Amino acid sequence: MAPLLEIKGLKTYFFTRKGIVKAVDGLDLHIDEGKTLGLVGESGCGKSMTALSIMRLVPEPMGRIVEGSILFEGTDLVKLSEPEMRRIRGNRISMVFQEPMTSLNPVLKIGLQLAEAIELHQGLSSKEAWQQSVEMLRMVGIPSPETRINEYPHQMSGGMRQRVMIAMALSCRPKLMIADEPTTALDVTIQAQILDLINKLKERVGSSILLITHNLGVVAEVAQSVGVMYAGHMVEYADVVALFKDPKHPYTVGLFQSIPQKRGRGKREKLQAIPGLVPDLLGLPVGCKFQDRCTRVFSRCKEEDPPWLTLDGGHKVRCWLYG
Amino acid sequence: MDETLVAVKDVKKYYRLQKGFFSRKSLWVKAVDGVSLEIRKGETLGLVGESGCGKSTLGRLILRLEEPDEGTILFEGRNILEADAEGMKALRRQVQVIFQDPYSSLNPRKKVSSIIGEPFAIHGLAGGKEREEKVIELMEVVGLRPEQRNLYPHQFSGGQRQRIGIARALALRPKLIIADEPVSSLDVSIQAQIVNLLIDLQSQFGLTYLFISHDLNLIEYVSDWVAVMYLGKIVEWAKQEVIYEKPIHPYSEALFSASPSLDPLAKKERIPLEGDVPSPINPPPGCHFHTRCPIRIDRCSKEEPLLTPRPNGSLVACHVR
Repeated sequence: MAPLLEIKGLKTYFFTRKGIVKAVDGLDLHIDEGKTLGLVGESGCGKSMTALSIMRLVPEPMGRIVEGSILFEGTDLVKLSEPEMRRIRGNRISMVFQEPMTSLNPVLKIGLQLAEAIELHQGLSSKEAWQQSVEMLRMVGIPSPETRINEYPHQMSGGMRQRVMIAMALSCRPKLMIADEPTTALDVTIQAQILDLINKLKERVGSSILLITHNLGVVAEVAQSVGVMYAGHMVEYADVVALFKDPKHPYTVGLFQSIPQKRGRGKREKLQAIPGLVPDLLGLPVGCKFQDRCTRVFSRCKEEDPPWLTLDGGHKVRCWLYG
Repeated sequence: MDETLVAVKDVKKYYRLQKGFFSRKSLWVKAVDGVSLEIRKGETLGLVGESGCGKSTLGRLILRLEEPDEGTILFEGRNILEADAEGMKALRRQVQVIFQDPYSSLNPRKKVSSIIGEPFAIHGLAGGKEREEKVIELMEVVGLRPEQRNLYPHQFSGGQRQRIGIARALALRPKLIIADEPVSSLDVSIQAQIVNLLIDLQSQFGLTYLFISHDLNLIEYVSDWVAVMYLGKIVEWAKQEVIYEKPIHPYSEALFSASPSLDPLAKKERIPLEGDVPSPINPPPGCHFHTRCPIRIDRCSKEEPLLTPRPNGSLVACHVR
């Protein structure tokens, strides 16, 4: 079966006065129907730009998709015109952003914001759309949705607002939901509620999810497969269990070692930090982009970009150590 | 090393909210509502809790950036709330702070050398050449290159800026450092660098830390003692290894179980908490947690539980357990 979403050789560049910023530089990924892919990486690695490229919301004219294809249900999104894209955006593919306060309109009641998408994409009357909005709010676990639908975003807590965003994203039963750091702004107990909700609703609505986060713990909770990004490239791609059990790429290994592990009564061991800084996309080296911070770097890394190497069980990695 | 450096006793900080423009009634935000704590010399107390629970306010009270409404704060046995301006200035040499956001906590118009050297200027210590030497030494201690001392903060990355903030906090060789979410705005790979630095400095200079964070993995890693706060009150206070093995208070239990684990196969025995944290403007009567507590009894909504010692040495405020 063809995957629901397949990205091949995607390049999204920004043309700035200082030079070309290769935010996404030759990315491949695929998401199967009904599955969740976790996309992990640090700031500036290109994970959010990947999401915006799929939504065709790359800020123009500075940024542009210069190469590659994004096949969604067999259609190449890169080639679609803006009106065609508008029929897909919010309908077949929807998005949940990190900050639920700035992504809701503060001067409109949440009901109006929810019903707008439903009315637009599903051709329902405003009354029917309103009814369905109430149902959506009920589905995401907002108590007394009939009254809360008349509230403004500021009357709700952060967790509630994120539920509204999810209700909005799922209101047209999308095939794909992109969630960009959906729980980063929330407290842990609320984060747990939202992750449970996302897992539950995925089953009910049957959507696939692209979950973007810097938090490996969140990925472990909801994803079936994981992609790790570094400086615009995907460097490792595997099944979630395989990746967490046996990370291959030195960057992924470093990320895991940077996180304090369960300590119990044991003595505290020093964290193995990744040396150096998060890379500047304007001055990337030739060859592997991680070479400057890699503890296992050798001469070949500085000459050639490592290709995708497939290891046992479909575990894919871009690193010369395995070549 | 069993000496108490800081003792906080029954400290309260309420903020007043005007209900309406003409209304004479006012509401009170009970940010810190009767907190008692002790931090011992050379140790780290980790303070955890969700946003709005009052953990940052408590830090600010110990720094005396806020004046508490009630209670006492003893630093080396002296009540800092009674100190006059002169006494306070001396005290501020002993207690320093590292803030969360290294972007807004450094003056963008000042060079790094004057940011790190400012504590010396304020306290009239080391001038001229001597100050410059001290700045260079501090930059080396926190892992910055001394040649960069004439640059401005915007020329540094987030992690490097946090190092500048740490150098400034260390300048006067304080005894206590209050670290308020010192790494939460940094990338994961950079967080580990800063955490390692803070721990190295602790043993190098014999520092005592009050480490405020919502990151439970991090708190487990850095702390000797852990205090869990909920709506302005401490609900559990215990040794790190004890509370991480088995928290007693139902809130600590739920909080710890909500923290995502790094094992995708781990069985999730999560204790779901219903609803949101109630507003501190009008906290529920009795135990503040009873509205979300899975094991509440009648008494919880009427009577406020006090922190009482338990067999495992923890202090817990709960009627049921």
